[in-house]
Amino acid sequence: MERVPVLKIGGILLVSIQIDMEDQVALQLQEDLADRVVATGCHGVIIDISALDIVDSFVGRTLAAIASVSRVLDAETVVVGMRPAVAITLVELGLSLPGIRTALNVELGMEMLARERDFSFDDADEDDDADEAVVSAS
Amino acid sequence: MTTGGGIAATERVEIRSDQDVVRVRQLIRTLAVSVKLSLVDQTKLVTAASELARNTLVYGGGGTVDAGRVDNGRRNGIRIVFADQGPGIPDLDLALTDGYTTGGGLGLGLSGARRLVDEFDIETAVGQGTTISVIKWCR
Repeated sequence: MERVPVLKIGGILLVSIQIDMEDQVALQLQEDLADRVVATGCHGVIIDISALDIVDSFVGRTLAAIASVSRVLDAETVVVGMRPAVAITLVELGLSLPGIRTALNVELGMEMLARERDFSFDDADEDDDADEAVVSAS
Repeated sequence: MTTGGGIAATERVEIRSDQDVVRVRQLIRTLAVSVKLSLVDQTKLVTAASELARNTLVYGGGGTVDAGRVDNGRRNGIRIVFADQGPGIPDLDLALTDGYTTGGGLGLGLSGARRLVDEFDIETAVGQGTTISVIKWCR
């Protein structure tokens, strides 16, 4: 079975889905990401779907599950790169992906996550996590 | 089963596993491109086919997908038939309702797929199986 690679860049886990995934591959990705979030302490997950020519209800549900699981594990997920035709089809299918944050591309997704993390550092001084995750690279 | 005028040769995919659902998506994509469906319509048809092929696998216990070009004299299109010998659908109206599921999914497969195609016919009998036929016409 093929596997979707998960890359760590700073405090962000980056996944770029480049294959037409079997359902099992999507479920494996969900597990792999949960493991990597915990193992790395990353606070952000970016999933690039710009290579996907369709997102059906199974993949949509898996993306939503990844976002929920990540949130429980203190990481925010941003889905980036959705094609216009995919967005139109998803909405007509009845799946508007509530609870999933989106950005137009990886760069904007990283900016979105960086903004938030900066925000929450200001917000919560009592947060005494080791500051190993350098989020804002720019 | 005659819908429209000419029906060109169909191609068949046996649905036995997740991989076969991927093969259905690839077949339908190729056919959709060959009749020059618009990009959005290609995407809708392939998505609908993915939903229905998965239903054939998950609820029907496997089956077949036959797909080919059709024309009604005015327009070209793609017709796809999903058939299984599974348990059938006892309450069709309920099964076609958004959000209703017996399989732990989102309950969007059947109702959502119907919205994504131009023609949608379903025949089902409890204990005998389900056959769904869909058509997407070129605009």
